[in-house]
Amino acid sequence: MNGFIHSIESCGTVDGPGIRYVIFTQGCLLRCQYCHNADTWDIGKGKQMSVEEIIADAETYLPFMQASGGGITVSGGEPLLQIDFLIELFRRCKQLGIHTTIDSSGGCYTTEASFQQKLDKLLQYTDLILLDLKHIDEKKHRKLTGKTNEHILAFARLLSERNVPVWIRHVLVPTVTDDENDLHRLADFIRTLRNVEKIEVLPYHQLGVYKWKALGLTYPLEGIPTPSEESVEKAKQILGVK
Amino acid sequence: MMALLTVNEALMDAWRTFKGDKWKKEIDVRDFILNNVTVYTGDESFLQGPTEATKTLWEQVMELSKLEREKGGVLDMDTEIISTITSHGPGYLNRELEKVVGFQTDEPFKRALMPFGGIRMAEQACEAYGYEVSDDVKKIFTQYRKTHNQGVFDVYTDEMKAARKAGIITGLPDSYGRGRIIGDYRRVALYGVDRLIEEKKKDLRNTGARTMSEDIIRLREELAEQIRALQELKEMAASYGYDISKPARNAHEAFQWLYFAYLAAIKEQNGAAMSLGRVSTFLDIYIERDLQEGTLTEREAQELVDHFVMKLRLVKFARTPEYNELFSGDPTWVTESIGGVAIDGRPLVTKNSFRFLHTLDNLGPAPEPNLTVLWSTQLPEAFKKYCAKMSIQTSSIQYENDDLMRPEFGDDYGIACCVSAMRIGKQMQFFGARANLAKALLYAINGGVDEKLKVQIGPEFAPITSEYLDYDEVMRKFDNVMEWLAELYINTLNVIHYMHDKYCYERIEMALHDTHVMRTMATGIAGLSVVADSLSAMKYAKVKTIRDENGLAVDFEIEGDFPKYGNNDDRVDSIAVDIVERFMTKLRKHKTYRDSKHTTSILTITSNVVYGKKTGNTPDGRRAGEPFAPGANPLHGRDTKGALASLSSVAKLPYEYALDGISNTFSIVPKALGKDDATRVQNLVAILDGYAKKRGHHLNINVFNRETLLDAMEHPEKYPQLTIRVSGYAVNFIKLTREQQIDVINRTFHETM
Repeated sequence: MNGFIHSIESCGTVDGPGIRYVIFTQGCLLRCQYCHNADTWDIGKGKQMSVEEIIADAETYLPFMQASGGGITVSGGEPLLQIDFLIELFRRCKQLGIHTTIDSSGGCYTTEASFQQKLDKLLQYTDLILLDLKHIDEKKHRKLTGKTNEHILAFARLLSERNVPVWIRHVLVPTVTDDENDLHRLADFIRTLRNVEKIEVLPYHQLGVYKWKALGLTYPLEGIPTPSEESVEKAKQILGVK
Repeated sequence: MMALLTVNEALMDAWRTFKGDKWKKEIDVRDFILNNVTVYTGDESFLQGPTEATKTLWEQVMELSKLEREKGGVLDMDTEIISTITSHGPGYLNRELEKVVGFQTDEPFKRALMPFGGIRMAEQACEAYGYEVSDDVKKIFTQYRKTHNQGVFDVYTDEMKAARKAGIITGLPDSYGRGRIIGDYRRVALYGVDRLIEEKKKDLRNTGARTMSEDIIRLREELAEQIRALQELKEMAASYGYDISKPARNAHEAFQWLYFAYLAAIKEQNGAAMSLGRVSTFLDIYIERDLQEGTLTEREAQELVDHFVMKLRLVKFARTPEYNELFSGDPTWVTESIGGVAIDGRPLVTKNSFRFLHTLDNLGPAPEPNLTVLWSTQLPEAFKKYCAKMSIQTSSIQYENDDLMRPEFGDDYGIACCVSAMRIGKQMQFFGARANLAKALLYAINGGVDEKLKVQIGPEFAPITSEYLDYDEVMRKFDNVMEWLAELYINTLNVIHYMHDKYCYERIEMALHDTHVMRTMATGIAGLSVVADSLSAMKYAKVKTIRDENGLAVDFEIEGDFPKYGNNDDRVDSIAVDIVERFMTKLRKHKTYRDSKHTTSILTITSNVVYGKKTGNTPDGRRAGEPFAPGANPLHGRDTKGALASLSSVAKLPYEYALDGISNTFSIVPKALGKDDATRVQNLVAILDGYAKKRGHHLNINVFNRETLLDAMEHPEKYPQLTIRVSGYAVNFIKLTREQQIDVINRTFHETM
């Protein structure tokens, strides 16, 4: 079983607990204006790697994972676009006792039967999901990402029903996702979920801008600064970050 | 009879509560430590800040440091008095406040004149800073007294000189002190000098009563010198008003006795590395006893440590600018080994392990002493976390894998220089700098002709004439070149160390060793990652030669991609492993001076810049003159799969084949370690534990942003204490040459998003 892989980082420390082997998959349906991995959007590109190849590599980092309480995180791109690959990869991880995490925006979630069946299977092997809730407001979500948020919120509710541990993440972009009213609505939504272990506010940064330029794209958030410490603190307070 | 009783009484008093017997009967500091250590598994909350005296003294030091910088790097030099253990009267920083006294000359910051290694080196060191060695001294060392340097050049063959000039063997200690010998300075505190003299006299009587062969004659002469040096040590201490003939009776005396012993060594020898050993846990035993007896408070204990460490920070030698190119930033490698685990499984972590690291807070960060944590996965968690915290805060600590070294060196070894483990007082080494294997690879391609000098340096054999390099053909020839190089290298080192023993013998350091010591011939390898990547390029891509008018391959074009060392890719990492094993195996074929045991290190210190300068374009795409990677590091920017991939590649190098150490310098931006302080500490501990489990040997940890360094280059005055780890040691960043600063900035900084 092969996956389309953008790149691999052996020492991830911000995508889940401990030190993580982070696999960035290639391909995403969303087109978030602040995306710092715009080079992972195109589907079907990237390097093809087999599950065995990745496992053999990841295994060499077991001492670091064990010492830190870390594991493997599949990020992207949108990992769920390659759900078959993910099932096989995580099944092998669990055989080796490796903690598994998906960093997803839920952008390709559907209630279609075949997807649901596969998701059931995947969740058996998944320890944690980092779920990006990019915007609670449907219209603003559409503007920010090019897609509605309805199915994403449905995905969040499903994970709650199944009691899959989730960390909610929200990227804080001044003037785009930092409206206090919206943040309160997001907090209200999060409170309806019963599986949230942690909430993270990720301050917007411009480190991925060069990738847009390299891809010949116009960066839509040109001129928007990184959020102030006060606004990050405020957002944390509203969202109930401990 | 009376005198003997007094000695016994003195012993009884000094050793009043100490347990154990063996160490009382014979010189055995390890046995003393294991019998008396108080292991500490708690956290750092007991630590005390600096006293007023400490603050005042340190302000004085900072003021003098500033003056030294303004004067171009040297404040004062002695040009008249030849430095010996007793050459100078007492020197003080501030007599009323100093708890630990003693300087190399009669004033702090005044550099001593040490011509025994080579008079020209001493002259040049003075001239570089506007001083001149007195005519009398010049005359003595040119007309009457031969130096180590002269002895070596009397014997060097043409081939050795050529290899040295071309830089295929380089950095050799043939004109400066070899260093890297650690006296067991603790013995002076534990036993007093008289007992040590007595033991050495006994050894002298037992040496060569029947057979006077050359080695016995040499040993008898050395023992006589050792005894003389111990007498001088007492004299020197007496000039400061201390009688150190008897054992230290309390912590204050233990620090002072031990420091006098170390001071004698640095007054006598300007060795490249003058390491301290493993003293903190030893000294803790004295502190613990004083604390128990109510004669010392924690605050006073920390003050002792602070003042002792302050002295270690002020060790200074007169060195030439060329020397500084090799070993930049004025390092002295006062390496102190902290922590580790005993063979019986007890961690040797004490409160003093914390106190020594705490000097980085009390006095601010500094490159010296070279604080080295002997890391084991079995260390107490609180200590691990404290180390990580201090690393993140100061970038002043290096780590070496105790789990890897303990089976080889036991539990009372120390680190000499950067990465060389040695049993304290039982083992010494012949420092051998390093062979440039990147250049050797070019010789393999060019039939032994040097690519820079364009002359035959290696043996003349058929060069490779094909347009594209064939991996197997190059490997075959490279193997032959290494064969030649290994022989020449060992022979050259034999010459150097014969002469160093003869003309620049480390009297006091060897007096603080057992009479019969294990010796190692410590060779080294430079350019490992360049060689591995070059061979990988030949194997997995196509490498086209570009030749000059004489047909010499002077440049290379790589067609296609190839695996690069530093990405945890076995295809190329296995090449690096093979090169280390191969070269070591070849070195072992040759007889060494004093039958020393062959070892090698993968360590370049900061000479990776100089070696790079002397080496032409290499088949991995590195341009002529560009620095090599330091030590066993991947070449800058080629490790692209993240920090752990890079570490994993280096961890594959076989320690058993490089027992002198495998150096890895690791720079990471704070954010890449995690989002908050607690996570960063936890992740750094995990990185160290993981690296130890993967059998990695040594790790320098730097945690800062590149921007800080760029700013420090432009505004050095803002960063008087900015310390970074370079390669087995730390430097004050602003003391590096601009070239070296740029090299450091260009190194891989691991930053993930």
